[in-house]
Amino acid sequence: MKSLQELQAIRDRLATHMKNRDTLSAIEPDGAIRAHVLVCGGTGCTSGHSKQIVEEMQKELKANNIENEVKLIMTGCFGLCARGPIMVVYPDGSFYQHVKPEDVKEIVSEHLVAGRPVERLMHSEKDASGIAKAINETSFYKSQKRVVLRNCGLIDPENIDEYLARDGYKAYEKVVTEMTPEGVIDEIKKSGLRGRGGGGFPTGTKWEFAHNSQSATKYVVCNADEGDPGAFMDRSVLEGDPHAVIEAMMIAGYAIGAEHGVIYVRAEYPIAVHRLQVAIKQAHEYGILGNNALGLGHKFDLELRLGAGAFVCGEETALLNSSEGKRGEPRQRPPFPAVKGLFGQPTLINNVETYANITQIILNGADWFASMGTEKSKGTKVFALGGKINNTGLVEIPMGTSLRTIIEEIGGGVPKGKKFKAAQTGGPSGGCIPASLIDTKIDYDNLIAIGSMMGSGGLIVMDEDNCMVDIAKFFLEFTVDESCGKCTPCRIGNKRLYEMLDKVTKGTAEMEDLDKMEELCHYIKENSLCGLGQTAPNPVLSTLRYFRDEYVAHVRDKKCPAGVCKALVSYKIDPEKCIGCGLCKRGCPVNAITGELKQPHVIDPAKCIKCGACMAACRKGAISK
Amino acid sequence: MSKNFVSTPQQDKAFEEMLCELENVPGPLMKALQKAQEIYGYLPIEVQMRIADKFDVPLEEIYGIATFYAQFNLNPKGEHTIGICLGTACYVKGSGDILNKFSERLHIQPGQTTEDRKFTLDATRCIGCCGLAPVLTVGDEVYGKLTVDDVDKILAKYGA
Repeated sequence: MKSLQELQAIRDRLATHMKNRDTLSAIEPDGAIRAHVLVCGGTGCTSGHSKQIVEEMQKELKANNIENEVKLIMTGCFGLCARGPIMVVYPDGSFYQHVKPEDVKEIVSEHLVAGRPVERLMHSEKDASGIAKAINETSFYKSQKRVVLRNCGLIDPENIDEYLARDGYKAYEKVVTEMTPEGVIDEIKKSGLRGRGGGGFPTGTKWEFAHNSQSATKYVVCNADEGDPGAFMDRSVLEGDPHAVIEAMMIAGYAIGAEHGVIYVRAEYPIAVHRLQVAIKQAHEYGILGNNALGLGHKFDLELRLGAGAFVCGEETALLNSSEGKRGEPRQRPPFPAVKGLFGQPTLINNVETYANITQIILNGADWFASMGTEKSKGTKVFALGGKINNTGLVEIPMGTSLRTIIEEIGGGVPKGKKFKAAQTGGPSGGCIPASLIDTKIDYDNLIAIGSMMGSGGLIVMDEDNCMVDIAKFFLEFTVDESCGKCTPCRIGNKRLYEMLDKVTKGTAEMEDLDKMEELCHYIKENSLCGLGQTAPNPVLSTLRYFRDEYVAHVRDKKCPAGVCKALVSYKIDPEKCIGCGLCKRGCPVNAITGELKQPHVIDPAKCIKCGACMAACRKGAISK
Repeated sequence: MSKNFVSTPQQDKAFEEMLCELENVPGPLMKALQKAQEIYGYLPIEVQMRIADKFDVPLEEIYGIATFYAQFNLNPKGEHTIGICLGTACYVKGSGDILNKFSERLHIQPGQTTEDRKFTLDATRCIGCCGLAPVLTVGDEVYGKLTVDDVDKILAKYGA
């Protein structure tokens, strides 16, 4: 076991090291080390072979005899996944994008040996004098405020020493040595932190309930079953900064009087699971987790439980059942988990991002945290930005930032000059924000007011080519598939709702079906047992609210304005534009196109399967739908 | 009984050892099924019966858990599992068409395995590399930024 002094010695030893990696100012002497190379090891970049990049880099550093001068680490997610694999070189903060293993040789010989950054691989944003901007000066990072993601893309998540050097386990030390459990809870309450899993319940109050429940055994549970399609905030925190979650759970354990912790994580996140296992092992070796944490007399143990692919397990009571090894069906509430949770004992459940805020609140104070955000939503929120947006990736913004800032500034706008149509937040439980509300300031209450919700943080951008009925149908298909089947409104109601939507997309629905759908939505919301069913109709309700004209076009005019719903689309060749080159004819898998060479071609609608191959093949833009 | 369940002595030994390790773990059933699937590749009824027996719970409870979660397989998988991401980001970028193309080429529906047990086709939830959308995985290998035209190339690479 390490003593508090030994931990401090590690922090001091690595202080310069970490500072040189964080600032762009002149590098302070740090032994022989003169540069840091950070390669992203998040899931996105790893899929782009960032592991091979690291291996190649090790070889090249050695070949050039500079392996002792350059510190090479694999970090968690940098956030700008669209440009991955990403590599950042300090002290200058050079931001390399789309790096391939074969580029490594050049980066080493040019940048690290000769001191000439490799321009062709650098992020394309330039400053006034034409020099590529350093990572934190790019528009993607400039408007962000990284609290939860403060260590992601900065430290080696598999090295506890680097976490320590970033004030790691100092918050825990402060709590146990200087604060009472009640004092901790008061601080969290004062900060105004609300649950980041979607519900937005005040975190401090939740802790207080669990604290007030009397029992010899209590549990602290971390909900890492991030299941919303398109959301990967929690995964990135676990991959990039696993100790922040462990430390926060220990603080929670002290505050509510629990000695056992469980992290329930999706099995679909192998890298996150691996880094958590490494982090837990290291925390045990350092005597941080265990019977007498850091010799301070507090006991806390942590166990990982893996999910097995059920979206409903993100609902807290279903998660508890699943953690007990059972079918992940939700339980009736009350009793709430704070009274009767895991194995029937009082249990505190928070999600990953919520925990990731805790150490910073303790170290910097509740007032610091409450100074960020809006009146009722404090701090920051991480969003996974996806869909039709240039800078796909992970962003952290202060609450109250407008959707416009996120999409146009940080996200870099919609690709190919297309028009922004709507943003979807809250995944299958949330709703759409239409382009007319792009100036909405993002916080819990504003989003509820416009019929969406914060959700866990998925933010999917849609453009003019997306059909809103199709999107609603897509989300509903997801919830129908993931409904656990325990309660009737969710199991059957959503299925019927899906069938009605299907009729709309096929052009066989009647106008009165739209009213029936709305009625059914409200019925499902009011009568379902758990959050999954209660929110499942939201995508339908919100698209009906903002894009009713699209529904009407499908039903009355038998047209899909975006040209997505196949049954309602027909492809046409413009004889004015067609030069009769025959490319479309050759591309058609069903021989539906006829025409002589150099004469305008025609599509036989009876044969056409509406695959779109002709449109993709045409170089003259003569084919429309 | 499931068809053709064959196991090696090594697998059976690892399975029994795993069951012993879980003896005193609270709520062991999911862990047991997860480990069993790691060992055998899937969960034949024989394996479920042994787990039921060991922890003294009815077989239907084990079967109930095994069928509740998407990751448990009651049937053996093909040599290569092709997982096409139907997460939102991939879906809006056309992964549905890619799935259909695979289905057409392999003559199987998502969730099925080809007769020669070479390929299993799966529609998966978001795998989290939305920046590469649309994506698919073949085993551990990830393919991103795909178009329908890439389908044949990928199949050819795995000997279809």
